[in-house]
Order: sequence, then C-alpha cells, then structure tokens
Amino acid sequence: MNLAPPPLPSDDKRWKIVNGTMRRHGFARHALIETLHTVQSSFGFLDDVAIRFVAQSLHVPLSQAFGVATFYNHFSLKPAGKHTCTICLGTACYIKGADRLMAEAEKRLKIKAGHTTPDGNISLMTARCVGACGRAPVILEDSELLGLVEPGVMLEQLERWAAHD
Amino acid sequence: MTSEELLQIAEEANADREASDFEVNVCVALGCLSQHSDKLKDTLTAEAAAASPRTGKRCHVRGTGCMGLCAAGPLVRVGSAADAGAQTLYAGVREGDVKALIESLGGKPVERLTAHLDQYFRGQIPIVLENSGYIDPEKIDEYIGRDGYQALIKALTEMSPQTVIEQISKSGLRGRGGGGYPTGLKWSTVAKAVGAQKYVICNADEGDPGAFMDRSVLESDPQRVIEGMAIAGYAVGASKGYIYVRAEYPLAVTRMTSSLRDARRRGLLGNNICGTTFAFDIEIRLGAGAFVCGEETALIASIEGLRGQPRPRPPYPAVSGLWGSPTLINNVETFANVAPIIRKGAEWYASIGTEKSKGTKVFALTGKITNTGLVEIPMGMPLREIIFGIGGGVPNGRKFKAVQTGGPSGGCIPEEHLDLPISYEALIDVGSMMGSGGMIVMDDTSCMVNVARFFMEFCMTESCGKCIPCRAGTAQMYQLLTKICDGKASHADLDLLIDLCDVVKNTSLCGLGMTAPNPVLSTLRYFKHEYMEHIDHQHCRAGVCACGSKPLSELSQAEVPA
Ligand SMILES: Cc1cc2nc3c(=O)[nH]c(=O)nc-3n(C[C@H](O)[C@H](O)[C@H](O)COP(=O)(O)O)c2cc1C
Ligand code: FES
Repeated sequence: MNLAPPPLPSDDKRWKIVNGTMRRHGFARHALIETLHTVQSSFGFLDDVAIRFVAQSLHVPLSQAFGVATFYNHFSLKPAGKHTCTICLGTACYIKGADRLMAEAEKRLKIKAGHTTPDGNISLMTARCVGACGRAPVILEDSELLGLVEPGVMLEQLERWAAHD
Repeated sequence: MTSEELLQIAEEANADREASDFEVNVCVALGCLSQHSDKLKDTLTAEAAAASPRTGKRCHVRGTGCMGLCAAGPLVRVGSAADAGAQTLYAGVREGDVKALIESLGGKPVERLTAHLDQYFRGQIPIVLENSGYIDPEKIDEYIGRDGYQALIKALTEMSPQTVIEQISKSGLRGRGGGGYPTGLKWSTVAKAVGAQKYVICNADEGDPGAFMDRSVLESDPQRVIEGMAIAGYAVGASKGYIYVRAEYPLAVTRMTSSLRDARRRGLLGNNICGTTFAFDIEIRLGAGAFVCGEETALIASIEGLRGQPRPRPPYPAVSGLWGSPTLINNVETFANVAPIIRKGAEWYASIGTEKSKGTKVFALTGKITNTGLVEIPMGMPLREIIFGIGGGVPNGRKFKAVQTGGPSGGCIPEEHLDLPISYEALIDVGSMMGSGGMIVMDDTSCMVNVARFFMEFCMTESCGKCIPCRAGTAQMYQLLTKICDGKASHADLDLLIDLCDVVKNTSLCGLGMTAPNPVLSTLRYFKHEYMEHIDHQHCRAGVCACGSKPLSELSQAEVPA
C-alpha cells in the first residue's frame, strides 16, 4: 500500500491551508471533519476533487468521506452565490414570523430555500437557530447578523444586491 | 501557579479595576454585537479619554459578556468602579447617546436611557452567570479577580479526586443538557471505569433551536467552563478534554480558542498544573450542523471523524466512549456550576432549589414575551413568576396560550399549569421536560397544531436515518400533521397519528426518535380542540394554517370552544 500523501490537486494556495490542517492532526483519520471544515471555509464548498484529495491524504475510504460530507448540513457540495441571505427558522424565529420572511424572500428571488438565483448572485439559505433568539426573527446577510427583522428591511437588502450586479 | 500567586493576580486585577473612578461596561456578546456594540465601545472609549482631562474622572471602558436582556440591546452598564452592584443599566444605547452618558458619570443617570427592570432581576440568582456582564471574557485575569481558578487550586491541593466527586454528589447537581442525570454519579462511574486514557467532553452543541444559554456562557465567561472541565478531569482521572461547539457559534469558538491559550499560558492547563502532577489540556472540535450530534454517542462518533449517528447504549460513554475509552460527557452549564460548588461547598448549593432539583437553571426566554433574554432562576420557581414576573408577560395586549420547554423533545404547557414550580420531575409530569433551557412563550396568534408540525418537521429533517421508526415514522407523522393543518384530515388520520406516536416513542434507537412525538402528545393533551377544529371545520383559530379560519358564526354554536 502506498502511504505517501497524494500531490496537491493544483497550485492553488488554498490547498496548502487544507494540507496544513491535516498535518496539524498528524494526518489522522479522525481529522476528516476538521479538514472538510477547512475546505469549506477556504473554497466555500466541497467538490469531488477536494473530497477525493482529503480522503486519499487521510487514508479514509471514499464512502466514508462522501458519507460525512453529505451527512452534515454545514458542508455544501455546490458553490454558493455571490451573496447569501440566510433566514433562521429556529423555534423562536418561527414564533416571531420567520415563515413570512421566507415566503417574501422566495417570492422576490423566485427560488426556493436552499437554491441560488440562476445568475449566481444570491443564495437563499435557512438556519436552525444561530443563537440570537433574543432578537428573533433573525437573518444573516452574508455573515452579518440582523435582528428584529421586518420583511421590508430584508427586501431592501435583496434589492440592493440585485442592483449591484 | 500556587494559591498565593493566584491571589496576587486577583489583587492586581482588582487594583486595576479600582484605579478608575468609573467604569462603563458594554455588552459585546452576539445579541448586542449584532447592533454594532463593538463600535459603540470604541466611541465610548474615545469620548471617555477626551473628557478625562477636563473632568478629572478616570473611566475604564470594558467590553463584557451578556447582560441578559438581548432584545433591549445594545446594553451598557455604568457607575462606580468600586461598587458594581450599584451601577445603572442603560438599554438601546446609540452612538448619539455617548456624550450624555459619559457626562452623567458621577451625577444623575440619563433618565431616557435607563432600563427600569427591577422586576426582571428580582428573584434571579446568578451562579452560572455570576460573571456575565461583569468581566471582559477575553481577560483571564478579570476572571481570576472574581475568584476564578480558586476552585481548581483548592481541588488539586486540598482535595482527593474522591472528595471532589463527593462534593459534586452532595450538591445535588444534575445534568443541564436535558436529561438531568446526577452529575456526581456520572463522575464516579467514569472514575471507577478502568482505562489507561480517559476523556472529558463538554457538550456545546446546543442544538435546541430557541436556546442560547450555552452560547452565552461560552462567549461571556469561557474560563468558567475550562475550570469546570479541569476539575472534572482531576476527579475522574482524565488528561485530555474536548469542547464540541456548533459551527453556528463562530464568536464562541474564537473566544474559547483564545481563552484556552491564556489558560495554558497561566499554567492552568498543560503539565504539572499548579505544581502538582496533574496534567490536563483541552481541544476544540467543531460541529457541522447536525442536531443529532448533541446526543452523546453521536457526538463521540463526530469527534472520531465519522457520521454523527448514535449507537445503542449500554455500553455508556462513561465505560466505553471516545475511541473506546471511559469518557465523561457533560453539558456547558453543568461544567459552569462546578467551580462555585467546589469553592462555596456542596451544602450552599444544595440549599438552593427543590428537594430533587438543586441549584439554579438558566433559561432563554423568547417568543411572545416582553423581556426577551437570559434568566437564571432557582429551581422551584413557578412558571408564572418567570413568565409574568421576570418576563413581564405577553406584549401587545395579546393572550397567553402556552409555553414551550424542552425544544423538539419537549411539550407545550398551558395556562392551567403555570403555577407549577420548575423542576425536572414536575415538567415531565405535565408532558414536557426541562431540556436545555429554551422557554418559548406563545400567544393566541400561534396555532398549536402548526407548532406540533413545526417540531415534527425539525425531527424529520434532523433524523439521522439509522433506525427505521424515527426515519420513516417522523416523515409519516409530518405528513399527517400537514394534512390536519390543511384541513384535509379525517378522524382515522388522527387515530393513526396517535398510534404512530406510541410506536416511534417506544421503538426508536436514541433520544431524538424517542422524544419526537412529545410535541404532538402534549398539544393533543391540552389543545385537542384545535386539532378537532381543523379536522371537523377546516378552521384554524389562530389563522395561520392553510385551511384558513372561519368566522365564528359558521361554526355551530355547540362546538365553539370557550
Ligand atoms: C437528540 C438529542 C440531542 C441532544 N442535544 C444536546 C445538546 O445540544 N446539548 C447537550 O448538552 N446535551 C444534548 N443532549 C443530551 C446528551 O446526550 C447528554 O445527555 C448530555 O450532554 C449529558 O450532559 P449532562 O449530564 O451534563 O446533561 C441531546 C440528547 C439527544 C437525544
Ligand atoms: S431561533 Fe432563530 S436565532 Fe434562535
């Protein structure tokens, strides 16, 4: 069995960061999730090449690597849009009308939650509580948290993003 | 680090504190930070510095953890540095208020910003949250200045692991992660288990949506959790710990990472802690957005780099956990209670609370309630006092309908049970449970069938798929609940739903499936009339379901519920 680590998939510098995470964990198999976290934060999503590279480097069966990548909601297998609007659908936000926000956003963007507009500009995502329930309903505009959100405020942001294309 | 050195650090930290005449504490935890309280803090710092030569007042501006009332943020507490108890709390502070606020130091408080919240704080007993809002979470010395790490040193130098466990047992502390398992008993099981390597895991997955106590503790007072884990490591004979934090809490992760570094630097983690042979260190592991990973065996699988699927117990993690080794796993809040118990004694802790539920519990009060935020109350306080006293009741003149506790595993408690004193047993008796501490208040604009459907959808999507009753059962129950909401269900559908509750409850592999029917069962117990209105009259009294709501005149008189 060849235990030498595989070559980096390309000379993209981000692979070095990914490799760094694996090295820090001594290329142990249990570093799989930590490494996929690094891929997700460096590249924004996990593609086939990345999952295979990580699996090979850590000597983890491909089935396990894909199993893990698809099991956890945090990992996404598709690239996100330029902007992301994340609506919290946790209990506190639901009671405070998050479903109305979602309906408005879906109507405005003409896409369902979990999808990206065809021009790749805006992704509409959901969250299961981001821990700011005291300020429900809560949305994340890219990674900025906004509390006590009225539909109008959210729609204005969506307009601004759409206009800045 | 010896106890003399610790005292010296504490004295220096407190001397620093008292070198200023006044202090301005700005909350920089998630809720207030989302309203740019970090910038507010910078402006306050600049203004205080500019005013100082003129007024001669020395003022220290500090970023602190959560002050509780998240909905009223940004929160700022100001006053004499020597007497933190007498400070004034300001709510909704904006950049434009900064001048007035700094001017008022030493004089009359700014009336228009003052939060009049005596009622909110009355009856609360801060133990877990004793430092929240009073210290800079990123400064270990401020934690030490408020008696931090005294408990660890006391345990290591004056107590045997056995006596530590005895103290925890005697205190009556029970797991705050939901189940309420006696903490001392769990510790002694791990201590007795044989294994060369043992582990301590802190469960900071906080999957219950609507709950944010653990996040707040991690962001506001991270050293308290580290100290609790280190004491646990000493008691059970573990040298390695993990904190499993959900990825949705980036601020908590950042603060915890830097706090671990500070604790190592101070010699409170690592080898030869406090000059003894005890060695202990902690690593952070990130969750990846799976509710089921809050379940202990799934969490362990996740740390091992696998899919987060639970396995049957026994063997319990206490005997065979992480990599097959004996593993102690406790919730954040459980660990946060440890240091005060060791410091002040088991009798003190056991004097708070009810016969079987000791100490305090932190709740996240949210939903249709005036004072939204975190509260820490002694066990045994009636629900009514929490909701209508501390919480200030239901706003906008609406009527209270139910309070939901226990998250997706819990239930909805109606008005008639509001005089119930909070305890693990009492909540189970009324068909709910303590859970991790989410407390969501609903008014008459919430439909209870829709609420049950909401939780069922949650359990359905979060089911890991390993066992069939949970995987298929939750999906079928969700479909039936949708049918009821849409006004398309028959009585036979309702009977089937009730049957399924029984099957899923009794045959699922882990707690997720076993408790998934609870929201349905509890709403059926107290709000069956709402189910019947949807089925018989296609009527949703709250007007939220797809079946719509009918004018009362269309419902036959006999069936109009009170
Ligand atoms: C589906 C499910 C989710 C859970 N989620 C959490 C959680 O988010 N946080 C937590 O501390 N415990 C959670 N638990 C309970 C843990 O399995 C475990 O009992 C707890 O962490 C033990 O700590 P304690 O004794 O201090 O409560 C969950 C249990 C189940 C069945
Ligand atoms: S439920 Fe939305 S932030 Fe917690």
